[in-house]
Amino acid sequence: MKTMLNKLLGLVGLVVLSFGVLADDWQQAASGLTGKSSNDKLAAIEAMLEFDDPRNAVALQGMLDAELYYVKADRQLVIATKSGRSFLLTDLQGESLGEVAKSKIKRITVNNRIRREIRSGLAMMALAGPDEDARFSAVRSLMANVEAEQLPLVEQRLVAETSAKVQDKLRELQAIILLENGDDAQRQSSAEFLGGRMDAPSRNALLRAQADEQNAEVLAAINESVARNQQLLKLNRAAENLYFGLSLGAVLLLAAVGLAITFGVMGVINMAHGEMIMLGAYTTYVVQQLMPGHIELSLVVAIPAAFLVSGAMGVLIERGIIRFLYGRPLETLLATFGLSLVLQQLVRSIFGPLNQAVITPQWLSGSLEINGVLALTYNRLYIIIFSFMVVAALWLLISKTFFGLQVRAVTQNRAMANAMGIRSSWVDAMTFGLGSGVAGIAGVALSQLTNVGPNLGQNYIIDSFMVVVFGGVGNLFGTVVAAMTLGVANKLAEPFTGAVLAKILVLVFIILFIQKRPRGMFALKGRMVED
Amino acid sequence: MSKPKHIPQNTLLYVDGVTKSFDGFKALNSLSLIMEPGEMRAIIGPNGAGKTTMMDVITGKLRPDEGIVMFEQDIDLTQHDEAEIANLGIGRKFQKPSVIENLTVFENLELALSGGRGVFQSLLHKLSNQSFGRIEEVLELIRLQDKRSWLAGSLSHGQKQWLEIGMLIMQEPRLLLIDEPAAGMTDEETALTAELFKQLAQDHSLVVVEHDMDFVKALDCPVTVLHEGSVLAQGTLEQVQQNQQVIEVYLGR
Amino acid sequence: MSRSIIVSFLMRDKVGNALLAVLLALAIIVPFCSLVFEPGDTFYLSSYWVTLLGKYLCYALLAVAVDLVWGYCGILSLGHGAFFALGGYAMGMYLMRQIGERGVYANPLLPDFMVFLNWTELPWYWQGFDMFGFAMLMVLLVPGALAFLFGFLAFRSRVTGVYLSIITQALTYALMLAFFRNDMGFGGNNGLTDFKDILGFNLQHPGTRAALFSLSALALAGGYLLCRFIVNSKLGRVLIAIRDSESRTRFIGYRVERFKLFVFVVSAMLAGVAGALYVPQVGIINPGEFAPLNSIESIVWVAVGGRGTLFGAIFGAWMVNFGKTWFTGAFPELWLFFLGGLFVVTTLWLPKGVVGLSAQLSKMRRSKAASVAVSEKSPVQAQAVEAEPQPQQASQVAPEPEQQAEPTPKNLDQGAANV
Repeated sequence: MKTMLNKLLGLVGLVVLSFGVLADDWQQAASGLTGKSSNDKLAAIEAMLEFDDPRNAVALQGMLDAELYYVKADRQLVIATKSGRSFLLTDLQGESLGEVAKSKIKRITVNNRIRREIRSGLAMMALAGPDEDARFSAVRSLMANVEAEQLPLVEQRLVAETSAKVQDKLRELQAIILLENGDDAQRQSSAEFLGGRMDAPSRNALLRAQADEQNAEVLAAINESVARNQQLLKLNRAAENLYFGLSLGAVLLLAAVGLAITFGVMGVINMAHGEMIMLGAYTTYVVQQLMPGHIELSLVVAIPAAFLVSGAMGVLIERGIIRFLYGRPLETLLATFGLSLVLQQLVRSIFGPLNQAVITPQWLSGSLEINGVLALTYNRLYIIIFSFMVVAALWLLISKTFFGLQVRAVTQNRAMANAMGIRSSWVDAMTFGLGSGVAGIAGVALSQLTNVGPNLGQNYIIDSFMVVVFGGVGNLFGTVVAAMTLGVANKLAEPFTGAVLAKILVLVFIILFIQKRPRGMFALKGRMVED
Repeated sequence: MSKPKHIPQNTLLYVDGVTKSFDGFKALNSLSLIMEPGEMRAIIGPNGAGKTTMMDVITGKLRPDEGIVMFEQDIDLTQHDEAEIANLGIGRKFQKPSVIENLTVFENLELALSGGRGVFQSLLHKLSNQSFGRIEEVLELIRLQDKRSWLAGSLSHGQKQWLEIGMLIMQEPRLLLIDEPAAGMTDEETALTAELFKQLAQDHSLVVVEHDMDFVKALDCPVTVLHEGSVLAQGTLEQVQQNQQVIEVYLGR
Repeated sequence: MSRSIIVSFLMRDKVGNALLAVLLALAIIVPFCSLVFEPGDTFYLSSYWVTLLGKYLCYALLAVAVDLVWGYCGILSLGHGAFFALGGYAMGMYLMRQIGERGVYANPLLPDFMVFLNWTELPWYWQGFDMFGFAMLMVLLVPGALAFLFGFLAFRSRVTGVYLSIITQALTYALMLAFFRNDMGFGGNNGLTDFKDILGFNLQHPGTRAALFSLSALALAGGYLLCRFIVNSKLGRVLIAIRDSESRTRFIGYRVERFKLFVFVVSAMLAGVAGALYVPQVGIINPGEFAPLNSIESIVWVAVGGRGTLFGAIFGAWMVNFGKTWFTGAFPELWLFFLGGLFVVTTLWLPKGVVGLSAQLSKMRRSKAASVAVSEKSPVQAQAVEAEPQPQQASQVAPEPEQQAEPTPKNLDQGAANV
């Protein structure tokens, strides 16, 4: 304890005094790192931190990364990186020391206790660093391992800190420390302050304090804050479920929106729709194989490529099979189902039966942290945005372009459209190609979420049909609402029922719903539908 | 739906204030119509006047938004479905001949034969000599005796119309709703059909929707003109043909 | 009209009668070849073959059940595999209970998988399955009840055409997911297996296998007779009327939903029987039997054979399954190409299946002959003239229905009329 206090005082002093200590003293302090016992090393770290020396960061980080060695001959601390059979040495100021054999140097080993000490040491140093984000994460890492000794430094930084974000986090850290170590008034205000803070250390600190607190008034404040946190926690979990639900809804929407064109607008039952999705996913895989150096760009290339591949396949299917079966939906269903088997086997024969590894670009990984509990992963976020973009683009295409006008004309009155000079067979082929192409785009998105294998499409076909039928055939808006409803319902049910049962319940719900409203939620009305 | 205070005695079909709209478009707009037993009525009107929708409402295919549809004074037809209404004694012939194409002419008539509509009755059904005779009678009436073993799908358009009329007769309905029976018939067939209807009108009530004025003239019965979902004029064919409004919306064009 | 119905239809269905004779012969010959001859004899049939042929018979019964609802009533059920599997599970539960103390855990009451899951009590729905009679009742009642419940809701609200097809597929998919769950109490992933004996007869014994084969042949014959009785009655004509024009049938005064419900339930029960006979022969039932692909495969049997003929369904089931056995042995990777191609070829070029093809060919030949004899009559007329002018002329092999609807893609509900 006493040495720790010294260390902190030293640090504070250093900030005030700036530079003024001899370099040899630092070397003296750091020499303990070459010792055998952890206690030697811990003492050395403490001693080192009393100096404001740039070598501290290099040495400590080097230890964490297992790159800090010492030369056996003179016990000099060096950073060593492996280069072939030997090691490249640099000293702690970054000067190169040449290459040596492995036998000449020895690594400084660390255990978890030392690691923890290093981290908090590094965080202490980072607190005064120039980078705002680094300071912020430094506070957070200090929160994971609070010690009363940190208080003076925290309070000093609170005054000096310019960023509101970091200041707020520092205040939280201060509250956590004071909740354990402050007087009655400090504990009470800390307890109040920590109510509504979602980071795990804050919540845990309150819970610990709740068990230990003697003062009734403070305890009341703690209890209130704990209750408030519990409430918020539930809310955040619900928000997270909602987010998962929306992203599942977006996946369903992407999978179903192509079907909303082919089935909803054209009335063609394409059981090979899932395979159009699968082709899109495989296209993504192939694109990544073709441009291994540009994974970041691969998805941007894959989207139009998948649209073309699946769209071309769609046109082929329409011209080759479906156009002979118009007006015979059950036959169309069987023929396209047969086709789906052929396509699956084709992909299996070319790429093999195993799943292919599609790489997720850097910009799709990671997550957006809202608070300590709620983090929105970027891939899901992008899928939600992407699905809405696809639907919006489709809506514009159908309702605002000349092609869309032709599509609507042909589906509403084929004879009249023909009479007006629209080549309805061309429009049929293009519309079907469009629906299939959109399925291909869905495949690109799905390749980022699930395994890319020959059965990828099969897993989505029933869901897709459920979405379209539930939403009301021929209604793009209905498809969006249905996909989101089913996605959210599924995820909200999951915590109570488990994933599989939730899916079964949703299926059963739709089956019953269709009995009640055979034409879906947003059914088209009117005489046209009656025939 | 409030019950009417008073439905005139001796009324077979009583339609009052029936409205049915599709997405804001009123296919029927406060339509009223009364049929007496043994009456034949021709209904004319331009496309979209609500003729088919009216039949859909009477036969239970559609439920009206508002209005009263009563059969034999005390049966509320809006509370029954198609099969029940058929069994109450209302037969319907569609505009497009709709016979069962994959059954023979004889089987089509046998299917329409009144009585025995239950599942197990059908399963154990045996054609009695009396019923057989009845089918023979109708075959003769619709002039398809020598085609009894033909599949209905292989008949000509006019013959299908006749077969469908024959099926209606087999049902022994009290009220027949007939949609454009003369469509696709030769002049000779048309004349014969008119004769047949007059004969039927002796012991059935008939509502005949038709475009062919010669056919309506041959029927020689009261005419109701529908326009935009309600009754525009009523009377003999000559009377309505002289009605200025009727000329404007329909005949004059 | 004085001839009894039975006599009149026995006289008509020549192919069917031949088929029944073959089934009866098989029921005798196959056990004979398997039991009387020794391995090595020319006429010896190994257990492998007896089981394989028995499987084909069960599939054929399933195909007949599918044909009854699809071929005659126009209901394209993509979930008939579910009824087959439920019948199979009912039988499987009986067989599981028969294992008793011979299981790995030697629990007298609980099947092995329950002991493995640390269950201490037999779930209520496993009660009674130790009794053969009860289990056989369930083979009929469970698929029947599900079909009744589902059909009652669907047909009452007039869900038709592809909508019905898709929700039947969702039904079997939901059941598959459910049966994969361990806590459903049906063995989860692994299903029910390791059966020992049935009614005290060892399932591995050639005699038992031969008996099961004969039973399957008789069940198929019985199922065929039952369906033939149904489709040749007036009810059968109502079914055809519903298939060709549902609304017309309603306006004639038939409660379409009741007729549909009746055949749907009968068909589901037949499928259940097929499943129940299948399980003791193959020795396992697992949730994979609920897979949507299985149901659709049974549709293709019927389509290939020729829908609306009953015997076509049987031929189709045999042909396709023989093809499957051969392909998966010789060229396993080609099987799905073949099956998928079969779907496409059948729907595009063989709308009436193999049976329809031969009928069409013979019709063409006959009409040639007839047009020489009675040159002024149309082909169909010639056919009618040639046949005995009996009122109840068979319409088993109907000519191509005229394309009623304009071939627009929008005509969804026309589906029932055109299939």
